[in-house]
Amino acid sequence: MILQHVAPVVSNTLIGEGIFLLTVEAKDIARSVRPGQFVNVRSTDGSLPFLRRPFSVSNTRGDLIDLMFNVVGQGTRMMASRRIGDTLDVLGPLGKPFGFAGNFKTAIMVGGGLGVAPFPILTRQLEEEKKSLLTLLGARSAKHIVAKDLQNTQIATDDGSAGFHGTVVALLESCLQSKALADPKIFGCGPTPMLKALSEFARRSGIECELSLEGDMACGVGLCQGCPVEISHGSRKYALVCVEGPTFNCHDIILR
Amino acid sequence: MIKESFTLRGVEFKNRVLVASGTFGYGNEVKELVDVNKLGGICTKSLSWKPRDGNPPRRIVETPSGMLNSIGLANVGVEYFIREKLPYLRTLDTVIIANIAASSIQEYCDVLSLLEQQEGIDGYEINVSCPNVKEGGLSFGTDCSKTREITARLRTLTAKPLIMKLTPNVTHISEFARAVEEAGADAISVINTVIGMAVDIYKKKPKLSTVTGGLSGPAIKPIALAKVYEAAQVVSLPIIGIGGIMTAEDALEFLLVGATAVQVGTANFIDPSAGVKVAEGMRSYAQRFGVSDLGQLVGAMESNKEFSVLQSWL
Repeated sequence: MILQHVAPVVSNTLIGEGIFLLTVEAKDIARSVRPGQFVNVRSTDGSLPFLRRPFSVSNTRGDLIDLMFNVVGQGTRMMASRRIGDTLDVLGPLGKPFGFAGNFKTAIMVGGGLGVAPFPILTRQLEEEKKSLLTLLGARSAKHIVAKDLQNTQIATDDGSAGFHGTVVALLESCLQSKALADPKIFGCGPTPMLKALSEFARRSGIECELSLEGDMACGVGLCQGCPVEISHGSRKYALVCVEGPTFNCHDIILR
Repeated sequence: MIKESFTLRGVEFKNRVLVASGTFGYGNEVKELVDVNKLGGICTKSLSWKPRDGNPPRRIVETPSGMLNSIGLANVGVEYFIREKLPYLRTLDTVIIANIAASSIQEYCDVLSLLEQQEGIDGYEINVSCPNVKEGGLSFGTDCSKTREITARLRTLTAKPLIMKLTPNVTHISEFARAVEEAGADAISVINTVIGMAVDIYKKKPKLSTVTGGLSGPAIKPIALAKVYEAAQVVSLPIIGIGGIMTAEDALEFLLVGATAVQVGTANFIDPSAGVKVAEGMRSYAQRFGVSDLGQLVGAMESNKEFSVLQSWL
C-alpha cells in the first residue's frame, strides 16, 4: 500500500563529507517498509526543485524513518536545509524489496559511496533471519565512509586513507580468496560502474547477487516510464526501476 | 449546486479536468492514492498496434519549472491493453479516452478499429504530436494535410468523440485546428510537449539519450495558453487545454482563454491526486464568485483584440 505523508523532520545531521542523515516521522511508512524499498520526497511546495527525489529507506525506529543523502544539487541542498519541525511530503514505501530467497547462510553487503544507504535496515532483517553478515564499504576517502548500524564492516578507499586501498569489488575478491564463506549471497548498491563490476564478479564466481539500482525517475510509481533498465531475457527490452526494482537479480539485467 | 459537467458528442464528463496521456498510466498504478472516479476523465498512455519498448535511458531530465522527457511511446500494445488493462478501466465511473499513437495512417486505423469492438472506451484522443519517435509523431503533426487526412480517415471509423492532440511545434497551430475541425474532429487537445534539450557540460553530451525531448510542466504554461487562445480564435470545436497545469488557478486561465476542459499532466508525477485537487479548486472558485456553470467561464476573458499580435496572422 503506497502512502503519502506530510512528515515532520525529527533530526537532520551531517554524518560525513557532504552526507546527511535525515530522520522524519512517517508512521505508516515506517511500519510497512521493507529493506530495499524507497520513498519519493518533495522538499518544497514551490517549483524549485520541481520533481520529487527518490531515497532508499536507510533504517526505521518505531514511527521514524532515516534517509541518507549526499548533497549533489538543488533538491538535496534543500533537504540539507530542513530543520526540526519542518515537513517533507513523503510518498512510499515504493518498489520491490530485497529478496531473501535461496538457501544462503552468509549475506555480503557491498556498498559503493552512498550505496550503503539501505544496509542498516537490511542488516536488521538479515540478523532476524539469523544470517552471518559481512559488510564491505567503498568510498573515495575515509571522510566519505558512513558505517552506522552495520555489522562486521570492512572498508576500501580509492585514496587508501582508510582500509583497503582500491575498489570495494577488489576488496570483496580478496576477502573471498583469503576465507571461504558458507553459502554466500551478495547484496549490492552503489554507482553503476561499481554494480557492473560486482555483477561480473558474482557471475564469474557463481554467487547469487541482488543489486539495488538508481534510476532517473519523475514519479516513482510507474506513471512516467522514465526509469528503464535493460533486461536480459523475455519479450521486453526494459523493466522499470521504480516498480519492478529497484532491486534486481544481477542475472536479470544488463547494466550499461 | 454548481454545474461542472460538459458533453462531447453525447458523452458526459462529470467535470472539466482529465488526466493527460502518458502521465497516469492505465489508471490502476495509483488507485491507492487517488479516487480516480472524481476525475472528469482519463486519457490512457498512448497505445500502438504492437508493444513498444520506448527509448533507451536517460529518458527524464528536470529543468527549471518543468521536465524534459523522451519516453518514446513505451506501451504495452493495444491487444495487451484490451486483455489486461481495460477490464479495470471498465469498472471506473469516469470517462475513458484511449490515446492512440502510430507510425502510419493504417496503424491509427487498425488500433482504433480494434478498440471500437470493445466495451468501455468512451472516446479517442489521437497523438499526432509525439516529439520523441522517428516515425509518425511529429512528422504527422507538423504536416497539416497529413493531420487532416488522419482525422478524416478515423472519422469514418467511429461515432465516438474523436479528439486530435496537437503539437505546439508549428508556426500556426490555428491552421491545424481549422484542418481537423473541417475533417470532422470533435475536439482538440492543445498542447503536447514543446521540443527542448539539456546538455551535460562535464560529459559534453546531451542529457537525454535522444538529444531532444518534450518539455512539460509550468515552464510551458504561457506557451500553452497562447496556443489555446490562438486556436480558439478560429475554431468553434471544444478545446482541451494542456500545459503545466498544477493548480485550479492554472486551469481557470485555460478556461478563460477558450478551453472547454483541461488535462493535468506532469503534476501527476509530483502528486497523483493533482487532477482531483484541480477539479475541487475550480468548484471553490465557482462558489466564491457565484458562477453557476463552469461553462460560463469558457472564453470569458475580456481582451482588447486589436492589440493582439496573433490577430494579424489568423
